[in-house]
Amino acid sequence: MIAGLTKGERQLSLAVLTVLALCGLAFAAIGHDDPIGTHGFIILLVAIGLACVVIAGYYAPEPDKEQLSRYYDDPTRAGIVLAMAWAVFGLFFGVWVAALLAWPELTFDAAWSSFGRIRPVHTTGVIFGFGGNALIATSLHVLQRTTRARLPDQFSPWFVLIGYNLFCVLAVSGYFMGLTQSKEYAEAEWYADIWLVIVWVVYFLIYIRTLQRRKEPHIYVANWYYMAFILVVAILHIVNNLAVPVSFGHAKSYSLFSGVQDAMTQWWYGHNAVAFFLTAGFLGMMYYYLPKRAGRPIFSYRLSIISFWGIVFMYMWAGSHHLHYTALPQWVQTLGMTFSVILLVPSWASAGNALATLNGAWGKVRDDATLRFMMVAAVFYGLSTFEGSFMAIRAVNSLSHYTDWTIGHVHAGALGWVAMISFGSIYALVPWMWKRERMYSSKLIEVHFWLALAGTVVYVFSMWNSGIIQGLMWRTYNESGTLAYSFVDSLVAMHPYYIARTFGGLLFLLGALVGCYNIWMTIRQAGGRVVLQGPDVDEPALAPIALQAGE
Amino acid sequence: MPNFHRKLERSAIGFVVAIIVVSSIGGFVEIAPLFTIDETVEKAPDMRVYTPLELAGRNIYVREGCYACHSQMIRTLRDEVERYGPYSLAVESQYDHPMLWGSKRTGPDLARIGGKYSDAWQVAHLRNPRDVVPVSVMPAYRWLEDNTLRTEDLGLHLKAMSRVGVPYTQAMIDNATNDAYGQANPDSNFAAGVVERYGEATNIRAFDGEPGRVTEMDALVAYLQILGKLTNAATAANVAIKE
Repeated sequence: MIAGLTKGERQLSLAVLTVLALCGLAFAAIGHDDPIGTHGFIILLVAIGLACVVIAGYYAPEPDKEQLSRYYDDPTRAGIVLAMAWAVFGLFFGVWVAALLAWPELTFDAAWSSFGRIRPVHTTGVIFGFGGNALIATSLHVLQRTTRARLPDQFSPWFVLIGYNLFCVLAVSGYFMGLTQSKEYAEAEWYADIWLVIVWVVYFLIYIRTLQRRKEPHIYVANWYYMAFILVVAILHIVNNLAVPVSFGHAKSYSLFSGVQDAMTQWWYGHNAVAFFLTAGFLGMMYYYLPKRAGRPIFSYRLSIISFWGIVFMYMWAGSHHLHYTALPQWVQTLGMTFSVILLVPSWASAGNALATLNGAWGKVRDDATLRFMMVAAVFYGLSTFEGSFMAIRAVNSLSHYTDWTIGHVHAGALGWVAMISFGSIYALVPWMWKRERMYSSKLIEVHFWLALAGTVVYVFSMWNSGIIQGLMWRTYNESGTLAYSFVDSLVAMHPYYIARTFGGLLFLLGALVGCYNIWMTIRQAGGRVVLQGPDVDEPALAPIALQAGE
Repeated sequence: MPNFHRKLERSAIGFVVAIIVVSSIGGFVEIAPLFTIDETVEKAPDMRVYTPLELAGRNIYVREGCYACHSQMIRTLRDEVERYGPYSLAVESQYDHPMLWGSKRTGPDLARIGGKYSDAWQVAHLRNPRDVVPVSVMPAYRWLEDNTLRTEDLGLHLKAMSRVGVPYTQAMIDNATNDAYGQANPDSNFAAGVVERYGEATNIRAFDGEPGRVTEMDALVAYLQILGKLTNAATAANVAIKE
């Protein structure tokens, strides 16, 4: 890790870590009677630990010219490992939080383990921990391969990766202590949010600096999506997290907006976190790894353009469909609904483009579980975007909103699309990154695939059932014209489905554990590095890329 | 189009600018007008602000993630109005930084829960929900009674709220800690100040059943008992529509 940095970068690292340690110390001192003090200590410890690592490797020989002319993949390797670790962590808490709804005593009478605290631990763990690390790792890989340029320096990718994971740690440890802004998917408090902005700016600079030095005239479609992901997430994050802290010694802050304006801003953020974090970023992944693994060019360049700009333009209007029949003015609800329905066009253009790319490679889909992960991901992407447009229709939403149907929909997207495309891409990427001929065991990839698919289907079906039953029970009237069911009646009816969904989640978690084992064994594989040949070759540096978007 | 796009995708900066412009339009059109147009937020002259104790209770509600399972937004649908009460108006959450409308009802909506149950019921329910609702899946919050409420910094909290636009007076900010104590201790000298600053309708009770020490239970129950009670604008509006 340190051996890859130049002397100047090692000094820069130490300087940055000193500043970070001082910030941590300041928080620990000012906020000694507040949870922010605990976070100060965490920041301080992380900074000191990393400084020790830098100092230990400080006198290692600098990388030579030849090394600096190759692609820089160390951060990608670390990112893959971190992504898998967060996957297990986040999925484990997902199973736990699901089990709480079936067996509420599983909190063991502690404050930190109650539903309201570990739910954001689960969502942040999987979305930002697993998803975010997978995006950072793959984007740095794809960026270099499609521009035929090395990353601009060695320091900034590490800053982004480690800084981002520090944000995730601050967020998750905060939820255990009860620190939350209560904004869904933006729960982390003000100081963690400011830190993420700094990290994100450096991430953007890596992207733009590499693109400026590219040896390909055109920017490949995967990079359009990664750039949209980076840029728009920055806009959303900054606007939605505007807040006034109680003091610099308090973790607690009050959001700048209130009531209906806050609700609209939150769901403009919330829905577009889905759009630009969980869709655009992972579409970037899909547009590189799927054609690469299938050995086929992207089906249609025009479709890529239509779906990209359609998604960038239209998603930003759709957030208000989370607020149908509320105190939000109706014209905003109607706009949100309209754009949500039209969104089906660019969404299916992407899903269709991916599936049509596989034409001529269906034999590979049958034999290769890695490619099958990506194929199923594209199918689930198509399914859940259809479902999303459907649920955004006001009449449908009157039934589905506030119920488990929403949870089922989210998981069709998160498990079926986001996690599957990530696993597929990681399985493709690991042998390239560690210079292995193939993964340790293709049978275990099969096992993971079927566990993941079965888990997703069980989960989604049980939530569809419970959500629709719930929605119907709430609005059922008896013959005398009064409501037929009490709220508690609907709760009792959910019990079997809550058990089923916990089981589905457990299958998915087991699959991820199998994946971790397989990746670990691939990294450790006896025989060491092998020379790669054939179509899967990812090296050497500066080789022409096999795939350009073309008609 | 493909020719134009081929040019665009040769310029990194051009592409970045294009993404920012194209993606900003939707949010701008939908969010910006909400701050200006009159119909977004009704006027409610009787609307009062949260007392320091209620605000502390609200912060506990946020801390424990209650919003993950309970909405505070009754939609304009017949069954919701019959189940939970008059549908929610924008004005009712105008002092809610942030709003707690929620997105999921694992438990029932709480927008109008204030006054529906006694303090004793709320305390028993929070202590262990299954004591009063046997099939409940809500977590037990036994420790709320044991935790002393942190009140010495409530003035700073009110000050931060006033910075984001909630009309707290300087007297409210200065007396925040005493008012929190007074609201939970009706027999103390501080109770009168609460009425003076926040109005006759303010609940002044030993919410957790025990006067003296102010606990987190006091604060949370005080907050739950005020939900839907800060203004009666919604009742008036719903009546107007029925007529």
